[in-house]
Amino acid sequence: MLRLSACLLILASVTLVASCKREERTFRVEPPYVSGVEKISVTNLFAGGAPATQPATSNEYEENAYALTEGKRLYGFMNCNGCHANGGGGMGPALMDDKWIYGDQPGQVFASIIQGRPNGMPSFATKLPDHQAWQLAAYVRSMSGLVKSDAAPGRSDHMQSRKAENSTEPESPKQSRPPQ
Amino acid sequence: MIARRVLIFALALLAVGCTGEQAALNPAGAQAGRITSLWWLICWTCVVVYVLTIGAIVIGVVRKRRRADEPDAPAPPTTRPDPAREHRARIIVAAAVGVTVVILFVFMFSDFTAGRALASLAGDKSALTIKITGHQWWWEARYEDSTTSNTFTTANEIHIPVGRTIEFQLESADVIHSFWVPRLHGKKDMIPGHSTRTYLKADKPGVYYGQCAEFCGHQHANMRLVIIAQPHEEFESWRTAQIRPAGEPPFDNLKRGRDVFLKNSCVMCHTIRGTTAGGRLGPDLTHVGSRKLLASNIIPNKPGHLAGWILDPQKIKPGVRMPQNALDPHDLRALLEFLESLK
Repeated sequence: MLRLSACLLILASVTLVASCKREERTFRVEPPYVSGVEKISVTNLFAGGAPATQPATSNEYEENAYALTEGKRLYGFMNCNGCHANGGGGMGPALMDDKWIYGDQPGQVFASIIQGRPNGMPSFATKLPDHQAWQLAAYVRSMSGLVKSDAAPGRSDHMQSRKAENSTEPESPKQSRPPQ
Repeated sequence: MIARRVLIFALALLAVGCTGEQAALNPAGAQAGRITSLWWLICWTCVVVYVLTIGAIVIGVVRKRRRADEPDAPAPPTTRPDPAREHRARIIVAAAVGVTVVILFVFMFSDFTAGRALASLAGDKSALTIKITGHQWWWEARYEDSTTSNTFTTANEIHIPVGRTIEFQLESADVIHSFWVPRLHGKKDMIPGHSTRTYLKADKPGVYYGQCAEFCGHQHANMRLVIIAQPHEEFESWRTAQIRPAGEPPFDNLKRGRDVFLKNSCVMCHTIRGTTAGGRLGPDLTHVGSRKLLASNIIPNKPGHLAGWILDPQKIKPGVRMPQNALDPHDLRALLEFLESLK
């Protein structure tokens, strides 16, 4: 009996700690900018057969509800919805489907935001602090259900135009060709 | 001893509440004056009623006890009440109820007349219209004009002419805020997707501080605004200056500062009329150098404070929408000179 309650207590504290991380709000980041985006590759083709660096496969903001909602806010503030609409795409490709032209990994999404891409995606280098670009990248991945549903945003400030990010079924990402 | 100190402290707090630059009991306009007199009327009436009620209770307790202390105390009251006594009690209760009803009617009437007086400015045709939009956590002020080119936007520091009715159209860009300049008028909520109005008039020139009065997030307490009431001519010259867009910077260093502004994240959120910067998410900075305070009126507008604000706003106002910026020291210096030159 004692062992059971101890187990429950430990379980409860672990859950508590985990939920703290979900809610953690970091306003100040150190350092405000980090470089290195130029080393992220967005293709599977490499000269000499092997990649120089692997793009980052994790983004701690994807587990943090505050960062994801900040990403969602930035998605509107930075006019991403001007081309990508609410994820369904318009002038720009859809972000809520399973197709990724320049890679689906967090580092690759980040690189696409910072570097810009052909056919209209502007570069946000020096215009968006790196941590905000990471928040945005986390939100972009949440649009196709690639982040944990307990951290993804559950509603919009405006009229809900699609299923909320936290109830989006995860898509299985696949490589797509750039628009011709 | 401690009780006395607490009492002195409480009295000092009360006294502070009656004066000062942001006190509702220190009115500087006819409307705040009406609100203040209504407040004093209710306050003094309640003080009198309170003193009388507590006094009656104390007298009752003391008299009862004294009677009980006497050796030949009368027998405890029987179940049948004394008719004369009952009659007296009935008169007292009826009188108290009557007085209460009269007081409530007086309150209602004065509240009604005060409300009418507050609303009397609403029909003023010569009113100056200023559209205030509440943002987390700053105030956008747009001065409307029938000539579109005379319309301009500024932030946090709102100049008004003395003696002229001002119509404030209140809106919110995100959550509910509340517009409150205690020395000029009462509160008015700013509701997202809904336009509300408030009218006020400043009787004498001065600087009147205000504050968001509806909890709106991390920096709610630091969401201050300032209204500067000026004589007509001063206001007009300020307005003419504000309408002008920023000109081409005369010196190389200022040009560099402008380019730093345009090449970095500043341009994504801020507007400087006369340049390509047209962001609407943060305050309009076309004349930021002319403002006395920064960061929604919590730090002085001095180059050092401005530098601190640009580099690390999250240290000054944690949670504010403006991100930290990493700038080359020479770029920062040029940017500061450029911003301070925007008079």
